[in-house]
Amino acid sequence: MNDTNTQRRQFLKTSVGAAAVAIAPGMLLFDMAHGKSEPVSGKVRWGMLIDTANCADGCNDCVTACNRENGLSGGLSATDSQWIRKIELKDMRTGRELALPMMCQHCEHPPCVDVCPTGASFKRADGIVLVDKHLCIGCRYCMMACPYKARSFVHEPLNDQNPDVPRGRGTVESCTMCVHRVDNGQQPACAEACPNKSILFGDLNDPESEISRKIRSVASTQVRADLGLNTGVRYQGL
Amino acid sequence: MTTNFSTQLRSPLYYGLVTIATLIVLAGLYAVHLMEDHGHIITGMNNQIVWGIPHIFAIFLVIAASGVLNVSSIGSVFNKPAYKARAPLAGLLSIAMLAGGLTVLMLDLGRPDRIIVAATNYNITSVFAWNILLYSGMFAAVALYLWTMMEKRMYPWSKPAGFMVFIWRFILTTGTGVIFSFLVARQAFGTAILPPMFIVISFAWGMAVFHIVQSAIYAWNKLSLDEYVQKRMRNLMGVFVIAGLYFVATYHLTNLYFARQTEFEKFILLDGDVYPALFWLGYVVIGNLLPLLLIYHPALGKNKCVIAASLLIVMGGFSLLYVLIIGGQAFPLSIFPGFEVHSTFGDGAIGSYSPSMPEILLGLGGVGISFLISAVGIRVLDFVPREIPKSN
Repeated sequence: MNDTNTQRRQFLKTSVGAAAVAIAPGMLLFDMAHGKSEPVSGKVRWGMLIDTANCADGCNDCVTACNRENGLSGGLSATDSQWIRKIELKDMRTGRELALPMMCQHCEHPPCVDVCPTGASFKRADGIVLVDKHLCIGCRYCMMACPYKARSFVHEPLNDQNPDVPRGRGTVESCTMCVHRVDNGQQPACAEACPNKSILFGDLNDPESEISRKIRSVASTQVRADLGLNTGVRYQGL
Repeated sequence: MTTNFSTQLRSPLYYGLVTIATLIVLAGLYAVHLMEDHGHIITGMNNQIVWGIPHIFAIFLVIAASGVLNVSSIGSVFNKPAYKARAPLAGLLSIAMLAGGLTVLMLDLGRPDRIIVAATNYNITSVFAWNILLYSGMFAAVALYLWTMMEKRMYPWSKPAGFMVFIWRFILTTGTGVIFSFLVARQAFGTAILPPMFIVISFAWGMAVFHIVQSAIYAWNKLSLDEYVQKRMRNLMGVFVIAGLYFVATYHLTNLYFARQTEFEKFILLDGDVYPALFWLGYVVIGNLLPLLLIYHPALGKNKCVIAASLLIVMGGFSLLYVLIIGGQAFPLSIFPGFEVHSTFGDGAIGSYSPSMPEILLGLGGVGISFLISAVGIRVLDFVPREIPKSN
């Protein structure tokens, strides 16, 4: 083997190595940015069961965790986004008082998805209702249609966003059920943060999941069940 | 007449009015620029009152755009010569108001730069998406109709084109009403009476706008409107006003009968913020009773009275839309019926709304656009109604 050939081989080896070193981080970042490549399974339906009896009056941990996780300001003005809020209720006839967290109910038949002109509001196969920030034109018809007042409109330019949770001025947003965490096998931030474990998150379609077993054994209700939307979030003790 | 008219339209007053309208449109565009720059935070709209003054202007213009075509329909479809002579002007006003209204709706979007997305991504279940087709189709239909009326060779097609527009505008106004009818969870909306109600009030508002424009053109030309035509059109407007009031009354009376709706009706009709005053004074008295008095009182009903009645009907229209759309949102959603609720997000609380200057300018800009299209259209094309003698 002559000298020229050896040099050529050496050159090719080095080039391939350099190319690999140059491309690999990009590929890794591409993978990270795009997450899992396999589609979401329709066999799963993510849901929550919220035990109002354990939801402590004055505790706001779920709200704080949601704001931190999703990069929300936590402001309480009428123009600030609130993806989850604590509602205090008093039965007008009996005087019974209770408190509960309220957010997007991730309906099976979401009115927001029906009315959205561009299809920006959509329901994933696993039941999570989301807004595609690239398609939303900011008409706010979904906010008019939502029976739960679950949606917020971004009224101001945004800074310091969480890279996992893209938001956009002039678009509508709401609870994503922490889809970026759920896709990584984690719990939504509110469920994890609740000190009394009042928010039980799981797969409603799996008969053996904790949430399925619990809704089989205790009485739970859907808010505005009369609308027939079949919400993914259910409440116990309402 | 045409010569005189063209001379009039070259007068300083004409150019003055066009300049003012242009300035209003520019002010509206500047408001849009500010809203683009700062976001909707500079408007009075918020997470509870998500549709505000721009929507009032836009919906008024769109409804009136449909209603004004009544004049054409009565001419073309029902063969009334007095109305036939006015059909081209009605068509022009319709296109002008539709353009003004849609511009406002579009520029109020959170992301008006993405309007093309509304054309490329189409959700078939959305009534908003249907309306995109209905509105753009309306432009085409009315333009075609105008062509058949203004081009001699096309005259034979005028009747079928008029019939198409007649059907189209019914569907269009139904579509506008259905935007609200489909809101199942809002107590003010979610009722099938809204589309027919919108259709009937569109007749009154469209006629009112037509009267105002026609009177302005005639006064400008120092012409007087044929007494017989005047009487017919005035009486027809009166009938439409009564019919509109009937629908609004039925809407509220039906609500009052449902126990779950009484709180809402109490809010709108008795004690809710500015809404009862706007409803009773703005809509019922100013928008209906006074115009009806001006139209039907034997001592009144003259030209000036008809103009005054028309202006009052327009004011009443804005009041009604404000009460229906803003009031309908201000009343809290009933998420937990039977419970008293409160939260940091305005649950159980009356939503507050004070319109800001930019959004008012945006709305007025839409009116400015409608005015400009009408003024320029009348100036460059032959839209002035010519009396056909012996109207039947």
